[in-house]
Amino acid sequence: MNPVLSLILLRVGIGLLVILAISALLFIGVELLPGDFARNFLGQSATPEAVANIRKELGLDQPLLTRYFDWLGGVLTGDFGTSWANKASVNEQLFKRLSNTLFLAAVAAVFAVPIAVSLGMVAVFFRNRLPDHVINIVSLAAISMPEFFVGYLFIFFFALLLGFGDGPPIIPNAPLWSLANVQLVALPAATLVVVVLAHMMRMTRAAILNIMDSAYIETAELKGVRMMTIIRKHAAPNAIAPIINVVALNLAYLVVGVVVVEVIFAYPGMGQYFVDAVTVRDMPVVQACGVVFAAVYVVLNMVADVGAILANPRLMHPK
Amino acid sequence: MSLFVFGYFALLIAGSSLAAYYERRDVFGVLFTVTLASLIFGLIWGQTAFWAVTIIAIMLAAAGGLGYSFRAYMVMLLPDKAARFMKSAPVTASFGLLVIIITLLLAIFADLVAPFGERAIVGDVWQAAGTACSGRNPFGQVIDGECLLGTDNLGRDMLSRLIYGAQTTISVAAAAGVLSFAIGMFLSFTAAAVGGWVDQVLSRINDLMLAIPTLIFALVVLAALPQNVYILVAVMATIDQTRVFRLGRAVAIDIAVQDFVEAARLRGEGWFWIIFREILPNVLTPLIAEFGLRFAFAILFLSSLSFLGLGIQPPEADWGGMVKDNKDGIIFLVPAALYAGAAIATLAVCVNMVVDWLLNRTASLKGGRG
Repeated sequence: MNPVLSLILLRVGIGLLVILAISALLFIGVELLPGDFARNFLGQSATPEAVANIRKELGLDQPLLTRYFDWLGGVLTGDFGTSWANKASVNEQLFKRLSNTLFLAAVAAVFAVPIAVSLGMVAVFFRNRLPDHVINIVSLAAISMPEFFVGYLFIFFFALLLGFGDGPPIIPNAPLWSLANVQLVALPAATLVVVVLAHMMRMTRAAILNIMDSAYIETAELKGVRMMTIIRKHAAPNAIAPIINVVALNLAYLVVGVVVVEVIFAYPGMGQYFVDAVTVRDMPVVQACGVVFAAVYVVLNMVADVGAILANPRLMHPK
Repeated sequence: MSLFVFGYFALLIAGSSLAAYYERRDVFGVLFTVTLASLIFGLIWGQTAFWAVTIIAIMLAAAGGLGYSFRAYMVMLLPDKAARFMKSAPVTASFGLLVIIITLLLAIFADLVAPFGERAIVGDVWQAAGTACSGRNPFGQVIDGECLLGTDNLGRDMLSRLIYGAQTTISVAAAAGVLSFAIGMFLSFTAAAVGGWVDQVLSRINDLMLAIPTLIFALVVLAALPQNVYILVAVMATIDQTRVFRLGRAVAIDIAVQDFVEAARLRGEGWFWIIFREILPNVLTPLIAEFGLRFAFAILFLSSLSFLGLGIQPPEADWGGMVKDNKDGIIFLVPAALYAGAAIATLAVCVNMVVDWLLNRTASLKGGRG
């Protein structure tokens, strides 16, 4: 078999294994913690009879492993079980909200990626000079700001004072992937962009600097090759792999950042669903959302790996 | 055209010309970019844009000046060796250090500094900043005063809540930071020193935990556990120690293969001795910077959890929870939630600036970031 293909298949296989292990950790590991689901769900003042009843009703009296494999079998066939809180199927909510979340993250990514990569290049170009220092301090500040602070600043100044963009609640209209909805999610997307931009920019800067420091660039410089030619012919092809890596890693970060942003803007996505379920301790929903979030995260990390292999001939032949 | 706009442009243009004359290219670049941008934004938003730029510039200048003076002050006061260390701090780091010290003092002496009690109701809901209010002070006496930052969603003094919030947020974040650091260090050094299957098992479990996003993991675990502050600290520490573990193991393995460790092993020292007397003293500097990072992260993480309603429980004041409590006021243009958010952001920025300095320092000692 083609060595590249087998390498990629190996990565995909490892990714799937990791997802399986995560599902076991989130299901079995969490159950082994001190604390009782039924008691937590009912509150501390529940009578022992009520707790026993609800345990039976929710199927918690079954052995742990039986329940895990039942649940896993359901998940593999696309059935995430039923919510404890409203006895509704988790599936329907989950997939509708997942597409809302992916839409928001995609809009943010479309703006964040090009801005971050070009700012990172600007910082490298002005390395150790004032623009680089300014970009460094501003991005350090952006990293340190919690998502909700950025979000409420935007709501306060843009939506309320300047009348630009919509504040919460933001509910997308029927055809999800439409220009009208892009306009609607302007502020939550901008919040996500700010949150992820600084990370992505700093990582891009580090990745490109790493390449500009290498010996072959110095050789080219000493040969008297012009700067633009060096960047075009020597630096750029080698920079693609680390940049793909940076972008994919940050997209993974974006999918998580979405949880808080959705709560700020009351956006009907998975993050909101997840947080609501955690508040009422609705474990089937919590576990379903946790596994889906973790799976998206792992898959994006896997894409980063595979992308780096495909873009870098040296990684195609590991020693 | 008002005098303000006239002065604004005169100052910018004069500054750019001076910078150009003295061939300070970078300063000139920034000043003239601001000048050109002001022309464009001035046409769109009018004087507001100029005011915004002016206020930001004044704040930055004040922060820079404070940082510069504080560094000079510390160099003057500190003994010789520490003074030389302090001299290497950039202005940003020394400003960060100043803010951290002030915040710590405010948190420690909250009872003396706060004008009103943590839970005392002193006026109406969401009173404007600087209005009169009266209520119990931290010692239980009823006093009349002024709410410098207004009141919150239940009519409690915002400034006092911020000061008490500093106490809760910093102590919980510091506890989580110290605990995560201790667990991560202990496990990683054990893995590096013992090696073999212990290392394998610990490392694979760690990899698995690293593959789950922090916030997601914390939410799932907190959903399954009863709500109290000790559990919160334990969960934050357990999840965050994975990052410490990764660094600690890499650093320790780097050192563990060196000759002096080998010698200690051949001497027949136990692994406890090897960890604490041979490896630890050699990895202290990067670890201190790492601890700062963990602390900054713990502040942000705790605030996010409290904001989602799963961190510190009311009526205890904490910054993330205060944003949550006051977020509905935003729609009525009450900035109470923003004050608490700004407090979190400021503290985190300052810690990060100090860490940045320490990281750069360790990197330059080794000659490059490597």
